[in-house]
Amino acid sequence: MAKILAVDDSASMRGMVAYTLRGAGHEVTEAENGQLALDAASANGFDLVLADVNMPVMDGLSMVRELRTRAAYKGVPILMLTTESHTDKKMEGKAAGATGWLVKPFDPEQLLATVKRVLG
Amino acid sequence: MSTGGLAQFQQVFIEESLEGLDTMESSLLALDEGGDGELVHTIFRAAHSIKGGAATFGFPEMASFTHEAESLLDEVRGGKRAIAKPIVELLLRSVDCLRGMFDRARAGLPLNDATSEGVRGELAAMMGRAVPAAAAPARRAGDQAQAWIIRFHPHVGMLAGGNDPLRLIRELAGLGELAVEADLSRLPALAKLDSSECHLGWTIELKAPARREAIAAVFDWVEDECDLSIESRPSAVVTPAAAPAPASIAEAAARGTREASAESSSVRVGIDKIDGLINLVGELVITQAMLDTFREEFDPSRLALLQHGLTQLARHARELQESVMGIRMLPIASVFNRFPRLVRDLSQKLGKQVKLELHGEQTELDKTVLEKIGDPMVHLVRNAIDHGLELPDKRRAASKNETGTLKLDAYHRGGNIVVEVSDDGAGLNREAIVRKAVERGLIASGEGLSEEAVAELIFQPGFSTAAVTTDLSGRGVGMDVVRRNVSDLGGTVVIRSKPGQGSVFTITLPLTLAIIDGLTAAVGEERYIVPLVSIVETVQLKPEALKTVVGGGELFRFRGEYLPVLRLHELFGCAGAKRSIVEGLLIVVEGDGSRVGLFVDGLVGQQQAVVKSLESNYRRVQGVSGATILADGAVALIVDIAGLVRMHGRRKAA
Repeated sequence: MAKILAVDDSASMRGMVAYTLRGAGHEVTEAENGQLALDAASANGFDLVLADVNMPVMDGLSMVRELRTRAAYKGVPILMLTTESHTDKKMEGKAAGATGWLVKPFDPEQLLATVKRVLG
Repeated sequence: MSTGGLAQFQQVFIEESLEGLDTMESSLLALDEGGDGELVHTIFRAAHSIKGGAATFGFPEMASFTHEAESLLDEVRGGKRAIAKPIVELLLRSVDCLRGMFDRARAGLPLNDATSEGVRGELAAMMGRAVPAAAAPARRAGDQAQAWIIRFHPHVGMLAGGNDPLRLIRELAGLGELAVEADLSRLPALAKLDSSECHLGWTIELKAPARREAIAAVFDWVEDECDLSIESRPSAVVTPAAAPAPASIAEAAARGTREASAESSSVRVGIDKIDGLINLVGELVITQAMLDTFREEFDPSRLALLQHGLTQLARHARELQESVMGIRMLPIASVFNRFPRLVRDLSQKLGKQVKLELHGEQTELDKTVLEKIGDPMVHLVRNAIDHGLELPDKRRAASKNETGTLKLDAYHRGGNIVVEVSDDGAGLNREAIVRKAVERGLIASGEGLSEEAVAELIFQPGFSTAAVTTDLSGRGVGMDVVRRNVSDLGGTVVIRSKPGQGSVFTITLPLTLAIIDGLTAAVGEERYIVPLVSIVETVQLKPEALKTVVGGGELFRFRGEYLPVLRLHELFGCAGAKRSIVEGLLIVVEGDGSRVGLFVDGLVGQQQAVVKSLESNYRRVQGVSGATILADGAVALIVDIAGLVRMHGRRKAA
């Protein structure tokens, strides 16, 4: 069981991710955009961050870059969960410091398996 | 994956996608009017979210469709393509297609249709690609469903192969309980009937969960000898009309589900309204505690305090009533927001220049009223653009601004909500209206008719002045339907028009459908509530004002015209009522565009009546719209004026 931050501007998607993770016994905090996620990350420590890329206010990649500058989040796995499948976008994500790239639609089983793997 | 989770978020996804589509539409319209590039990002984000969600929540057709739109947007966003009218146009139509898909998703129908496929092709073509294959129909609807609708129409020669349709249906019954309806519509006349041919078709409802394959397996052998469709059944109860065409079942199903979902739909309430309620309940509890002290000891010296407490209680009850009603109230903006798009499309199509002004968008209406006021308003707006506003050159010739103004306004007046649709167009064409009305036999001649009476003619059933029926207003729906829709909501619609200056349609609606203002009338032992909104006047008749016409019943003279008398005691069979016209009172009411006089013993008073449904507590009664409980505990029926007028019309016709 881990503390996970789920970031997505879509309530349905965020809800679905949180629902899936909670079902597996994880403690999930939800955030609507990159900025709110950063606020949540400042207030709490998370073992894993799962974030969308395209979001209003602050997008997911900017959020990753910002998180990676913080000592507490240097080694925390950050998975991007997005419909973006362009290779250059993925490369951009890798450069920003994302740990992995999951393309929507996500399969809950696969999400849980990936989460399990990155949490070690 | 647990399906409970999926279903739970599917609903959220649909709601947020519809909001996303609204955002896309308004941003596209703004872009069309020269808005900035940031709008493209907003539109892209909305499309992107819909695409991602659609794939996740089991709508691959929608994901594939949105993907096309998103790719086009991506090219615009990346500067590969300049934003141009045709692109905005196509994207707007894509928004419409997606709305349609969401509607069908809610109804459990196949998501793609000819329109969406067409638009998808256009999107691909615009990007210079071949049309991609349509996404496979959702597995969600395919594999397993709680119930199924199977439409089975054997070809005429199917029996020749030794396949008995009844055997197939029996085999199907092995999967679960069936409701079977035969379609006899293709049956030829007996003389022409050949018993070796099959002319029957069936609509079979399988009321048990089953896999699509299991059903398909039953018809495997005759697949090429029949028309077969297997669809998962939407959850709402659908009772198709006898022997309907397949398409109409689908529509009925869609309608049924939509209605059902509308009725069980939720209301989003602002937290301030909830806080207000809690506050009021708090005060109510305090007042009640204060009044409670009188239970233990009552000292006449404290009478003033008791009176004060009771006054307060009355005030709280009234405020609580208003607040609770307020929960159902939503701003009319949600209806008004449909119009920028409609006005844009219509005016472009007709080559007219129209500026749309919206006022009073924050005016709140009862949710039910809000849901039903859209259609009549759309009709009025279509009419205004189609018939009211002139073409630019005509306006110039009349030394008016080439751009016409169409104004939508909503405001409170008294205990009512007023919604106005006004234009600065040509106004009503008196000559054309009179000519048409004479043609239709509605009137003998236009002579001596007041402007008001001429305007009233357009509300007559079947009336239409358009020489050629356009595909805009002329949809077989006339102003009479607008009036009926409004009157079903307990409201009225009137028109004011000045030649060359324009027309104003004023819809007056009650604040809520849950409470009505009414006059209480006595008829024998009974009390009836007559809605105040439909009352024109109450009159006491002199014997000479009454006329009896053979076959036409009783008429009385009222402001220069003869109106029928409806005796409530006869209609409802009340004992002990006054029979002589001069002893009682006539309440002149207006409903469905006609006036009648309701004969009652007398008036008891005016009061607010909380409407209780008769239908859900007893059954539907003609001429009665509901019931209420009077202050003395007695039950009074609320008279349905429009219904009575219709009843009277039918009786006269019969």
